[in-house]
Amino acid sequence: MKTVLPFIAVVILVLLPLFGVTVAHQTQIFFGVVVPYTAVAVFVFGFIYRILQWGKSPVPFCIPTTCGQQKSLPWIKQDKLENPVTTMQVVGRMLLEVLVFRSLFRNMKTEMKEGKAVYGSEKLLWLAGLAFHWSFLFIFVRHYRFFVQDVPTAIQLMEGMDSFFQIGAPLFYMTDAVILGAVTFLLVRRVYLPQIRYISLAADFFPLFLILAIAISGILMRYFFKTHIVAVKQLAIGLVSLNPTIPEGIGAIFYVHLFLICVLLMYFPFSKLMHMGGVFLSPTRNMANDSRIVRYINPWNYPVHVHTYEEYEDDFREKMKKAGLPVEKE
Amino acid sequence: MYNTGKIIAGLVVFFILATLPFLLNLGKANAKIEPSIDTPEINAMPKKHCVEPKAFMRSEHMQLLNNWRDQVVRNGNRIYVGSDGNEYPISLQNTCMKCHANKKKFCDKCHNYMAVKPYCWGCHIAPKENEA
Repeated sequence: MKTVLPFIAVVILVLLPLFGVTVAHQTQIFFGVVVPYTAVAVFVFGFIYRILQWGKSPVPFCIPTTCGQQKSLPWIKQDKLENPVTTMQVVGRMLLEVLVFRSLFRNMKTEMKEGKAVYGSEKLLWLAGLAFHWSFLFIFVRHYRFFVQDVPTAIQLMEGMDSFFQIGAPLFYMTDAVILGAVTFLLVRRVYLPQIRYISLAADFFPLFLILAIAISGILMRYFFKTHIVAVKQLAIGLVSLNPTIPEGIGAIFYVHLFLICVLLMYFPFSKLMHMGGVFLSPTRNMANDSRIVRYINPWNYPVHVHTYEEYEDDFREKMKKAGLPVEKE
Repeated sequence: MYNTGKIIAGLVVFFILATLPFLLNLGKANAKIEPSIDTPEINAMPKKHCVEPKAFMRSEHMQLLNNWRDQVVRNGNRIYVGSDGNEYPISLQNTCMKCHANKKKFCDKCHNYMAVKPYCWGCHIAPKENEA
């Protein structure tokens, strides 16, 4: 159920613009202008709202998770990246985490062998995750050629690298194959491994199906059911220059691709995809392990009212004297 | 809020990156892209037509040219039969460019707009155009 429902949801999301645009042309304004603007607004402001909410949450303790030698005596070598104490070391650690998923690299697989738990290295998830995220970033940046009229050299260079093998026409992009392979792996992993299937939710499957559908619709559009690409760029530029137009001759496949991306954007702030911003706000990663050098003040701490012995004695001095109790001040 | 400075700085970076296409296109008008078919050869045609219908050529010309190249280079087949039943010699320079002699106003128009760099002219000789 948690696999089938997201799949059905994505199928419906594909069929909606497909039928809408082919049956009634008027819906092009809805799918080509209204939905994209709404999606960008929901994405940008939803994202900012979520980050501000996280920013308001106090971190009560200094809780970096470390896995290297802490800064200690001068003759003990500190592991600066795994156990940072300065801001620069934290930045280095975060960079490794964000760019190459260092903590996922330590992923282990646990198996029962002859009644004993056996731990082994498991790099496939790390590799597939890295391939997926990097190819997605590459594809995302590559799409900027639709949004600026004079395409910067850097984007053209990226495209040249991506289509380096010059296979077919239009040229085949490597990242298209990589993202399909990686997303398929991440999806199959959740279905195939019983432990992973057990902890997977509909919210895990939905983004995978959605991203897969986006990639497939894009690939179909580029290589198979081609659309009027110049008109697509006219529409894109019209949107971002706040002067929306609906040019003639854009195929329905384009509206499917666009609508799925809009759904992804709108879904983004409400979902696990927020790890894009959340990774920077993870206390276990972004704090320096310096609690033995600098005192960490819990922001929850409020000034505690204390009643000292001197005040107590002031309150009861006469009574204490009468009862024959010793007092410190006469 | 905690770590306000860092979070606001990060959000500003996010906002700029997320709205970059909007910021880059502020106040810019959409360019009109019309590839010109105004050449003597095309104007002299009684009924203007390409080897295939316009809509097909618009979206599939790259595939057609790729197939043409493979046909000639690998199979030695130099005749293309269009969907209208006419036969055309397969040749970029002698068929395509005979009519579309205005590469700068025809090919480059869309290719530059879309930042596409076809590698046709890595082997073929681009037509000499006298810019008036």
